[in-house]
Amino acid sequence: MLYSRKLLHSPFAIRDKFFDLDFTLLFSILLLGIISIFAQYSSSGGQFDYHSKSHAVRFCVFFLFFLVVSFINIRFWNDYSLLIFGLLILLLVAVKFWGVQSQGSRRWINLFVFNLQPSELMKVGIILFLSNYYHKISSGDVNKFKYLFYPLLALIIPFMLVASQPDLGTALLILASGIVITWLSGVKWRIFAYLSGFLIVLAPVAISFLKPYQKSRILTFLNPDSDPLGAGYQIIQSKIAIGSGGLFGKGFLNGSQAYLNFLPEKHTDFIFTLYSEEFGFIGSAFMIFLYFMITFRITIIGNNTRSIFGKLYCYGFATAFFIYVAVNMSMVLGLLPIVGAPLPILSYGGSSMLAMMLGLGIVMSCNVYRNNAVG
Amino acid sequence: MLSFNSSNIISKTKTIGRRMFLLNSFKAIVLIGVFGRLVSLQINESSKYKSLADKNRFRETKIAPPRGVIQDYFGNEIASNNKIYQLHIVPDSTPDIDALLFRLKNIINLSDRKLFLLKKQIAKKKSWDTTIISDNLTWPEFSRVNLFLHELQGAQPVVSIARFYTDDSSAHAVGYVSEISKKDLRKKKYLQNLNIEGVAIGKTGLESSLDEQMLGSPGYLRYEVNAYGKKIQQVATDNGLKGKTFRTTLDQSIQKISTEALKNVSGAICVMDIYNGDIVSMVSSPNFNPNSFVHGVSNKEWKGLIENRDKPMLNKAVSGLYPPGSTIKTLTALSALENDIVSPNLTVHCKGYIDFHEERYHCWKKKGHGVINMRTAIKKSCDVYFYEIARRLGVDRLSKTAKKFGLGQKVLTHFAEEKSGIVPSTKWKMQNIGKNWYIGETLHTGIGQGYFLSTPIQLCLMTAQLANGGFMIKPRILANNNDKTGNLQKYLDYKKTNPNDTSWQGKFSNFNVKPLFRNQENINFIKDAMFAASNEPGGTSYVSRHLSKKFMFAGKTGSSQVKRFTSAQREAETKQKDITYLERDHAWFVAFAPVKDPKYAISVLVEHGGSGSSAAAPIAKQVIKKVIERHEARTKQVAQQSSEDT
Repeated sequence: MLYSRKLLHSPFAIRDKFFDLDFTLLFSILLLGIISIFAQYSSSGGQFDYHSKSHAVRFCVFFLFFLVVSFINIRFWNDYSLLIFGLLILLLVAVKFWGVQSQGSRRWINLFVFNLQPSELMKVGIILFLSNYYHKISSGDVNKFKYLFYPLLALIIPFMLVASQPDLGTALLILASGIVITWLSGVKWRIFAYLSGFLIVLAPVAISFLKPYQKSRILTFLNPDSDPLGAGYQIIQSKIAIGSGGLFGKGFLNGSQAYLNFLPEKHTDFIFTLYSEEFGFIGSAFMIFLYFMITFRITIIGNNTRSIFGKLYCYGFATAFFIYVAVNMSMVLGLLPIVGAPLPILSYGGSSMLAMMLGLGIVMSCNVYRNNAVG
Repeated sequence: MLSFNSSNIISKTKTIGRRMFLLNSFKAIVLIGVFGRLVSLQINESSKYKSLADKNRFRETKIAPPRGVIQDYFGNEIASNNKIYQLHIVPDSTPDIDALLFRLKNIINLSDRKLFLLKKQIAKKKSWDTTIISDNLTWPEFSRVNLFLHELQGAQPVVSIARFYTDDSSAHAVGYVSEISKKDLRKKKYLQNLNIEGVAIGKTGLESSLDEQMLGSPGYLRYEVNAYGKKIQQVATDNGLKGKTFRTTLDQSIQKISTEALKNVSGAICVMDIYNGDIVSMVSSPNFNPNSFVHGVSNKEWKGLIENRDKPMLNKAVSGLYPPGSTIKTLTALSALENDIVSPNLTVHCKGYIDFHEERYHCWKKKGHGVINMRTAIKKSCDVYFYEIARRLGVDRLSKTAKKFGLGQKVLTHFAEEKSGIVPSTKWKMQNIGKNWYIGETLHTGIGQGYFLSTPIQLCLMTAQLANGGFMIKPRILANNNDKTGNLQKYLDYKKTNPNDTSWQGKFSNFNVKPLFRNQENINFIKDAMFAASNEPGGTSYVSRHLSKKFMFAGKTGSSQVKRFTSAQREAETKQKDITYLERDHAWFVAFAPVKDPKYAISVLVEHGGSGSSAAAPIAKQVIKKVIERHEARTKQVAQQSSEDT
């Protein structure tokens, strides 16, 4: 309530603030969203039905949400980051007990209107929390043992909770974004080296906890041709689809590979495959360019923001966003094992879309309130 | 927090900036890597992948899993699965699709119209999609196709399985399956990702409500094809998972008898176990052949069913709404007794009619019944007596009792088509018609006419709850293996073994049974009056009684008016059979049997049957005999089931 008056300014102030939006970023997101609607339309077999329709509706709603978040003072996010993070942890715990089960994993919580996947929101939550944490402590304290304890907990707890759902892909992505922030804040190389050494020792134990299908995915990645009809099937089919798209692609709604139902998750993780087959190298390069522009603009906003919180958040989110895109694309291009990572904005999935739009909205808010001091 | 000096911020900013630069350089490398991979796949090796995509690709067809079976109480399959022969074609695999279709036209029976529709269907689909030419070939057709297969490239004879209903008697309860319509796809979420060619889904009855669980999960057939679309090798098959099998509480042999009993009339029969609520039989007549729908019903047959005066597609047992007529008199009497309005000894003089507020209300017997008490009034179904009772009772108290006994609400959970009926009250009329209640309407309501509407299953439940001593039961149509004896049975057993425990009234909550009465004597009185109506001379269903103690039942007849008698008709003493069919009264009969130690309740409805005693009671007599004969087998089945469980 402390900020209720300052959070959203009078209409005049909003009009002034409007020109503080970063329009390059805004239009890149909008364009990507429009492309995503076409891609989803194609993935439902050229029908504006089921998930293509709900994807379009979601994008419109969440884009408005993004604009609203942009005008919320950055102080709000700084002050409430711990609360948000705590709430997300509680949600993840709730998922363990009351979560909705689907295809062997328990990832969603039923909110009656829709099923929420808290692990997706955690991708933003961990960045918020750690940015706030390192904003608060002084630069001399960063490497002290006492101040390493909380970040380490913040990295381990969400990771364990999400990995046990089981959702190794999302857990690793959350972990990666957290590590990026700690590293950016100046935690010494040495400490990372110790920890990774420790992890390598633990690796054999961890592998024994993996589900058989997760093990087979990693093995298949190492040698996809060993089992062309089993787990390697998806990688091979994805490569064939993308490769056969050629320079100009097969044209909108004409992708034969995708239509043949080779890709079981063509509207989620493999949406880029479908897009790339239909729009070819030109289309794919353009999409990579759009994603590049988004991360690039976020980094620039980070440069212009005065507060440490804003900087850490922007850099962290830019890197996390880059990681999501890079991991997804590497996965469908056969450079990484299939871990189940959606492509931001393009993939079908409400929680993922919500998380990305929230994250981008906070970035935009950093730009709008770039000259404000944060508590 | 504001105590941080600017040097702290500057040093932090420096570290962050330096490290971000490192991170960005790393990102640039990754970006180049991904981009390079894209170049290599889509430009350098594009031709390789293009030929891979064209020449040597995998195809997948989904296989519909066997649908779950619906069994009767004894495990006999009511809705089972049968082997069928189909013919599929894949346009991609044939050099000339028109020639193939022309050739097929001569081998199997394809009408010109069907051929036209098929061509349209094929044009709409992708060229590698399977189209079903015929989903139910006869054996000679199928063998002919196999004989000529060498000249029919692209045609695939397929042996599949489809729904088969062993007989028509349970057509309404079980429902039927048919192909998915656009409306189904929109309404039922679980179908949206199914995407199997030619799968049939449940449309009505249990087939519809249990559809999702009975569908099973689809399998697939993955195979490799060459440049010409010819199958090279099958690489993987997954037959999917068979849908869940359900055992119902129905008894197929009683279903058959019930159907037979209603053969020439339009109506419904419900039979219920009065202690655990098992629906032993539920039929509606006339019925239809559910097998006709599995492969698409012909236009002519469908039109015949829809335009039939007797509405064969309607499940009258749960969706047919009729005024309960005199069968409600049991509840009118009970309500008056329970509310201490009258005593059973109250006598009323019936002279054939009663004048009330300048209007005349007639008894069904023109000469009148003379001076009678309550027991005789129920036995002879005297209208005038119940006009008097209803007048004293008032409609709101009656409606409260009726609702308590299950009228005015849905009885089962598995039938989307079930209707809840109407139990009128002053409040109901205000809300639904917007007018005040007239006292004259109370009199009509007291004998089950007027706004009153109920379904056969509701009246069966009402009778069952009277017969079991006035305890609430929850009717069910799916057999529950774990439920060996219900709570009510446990309570009654306890009462039987501990006759001296007089505090049993307080044990209702211990046994989790819910009594519907204030004083059980009143229930027993009604039961005794029903006994009189069936087994004492002068009773309304005396003619249809069973002489043997084993089958002896107690029941109440009812005739519900469709159209009011005019005074001219009354004067002329017009017989029901002399008026037009659609204006004749509906005939009701509700009963429980055996009289001593009752076990089952039954309700019979005959649409436009005339009177309950002549049209409905003889049918009930026939069915009750079979139900009691089957009782032993049923208890054995319970014992067997529970021993299997342990």
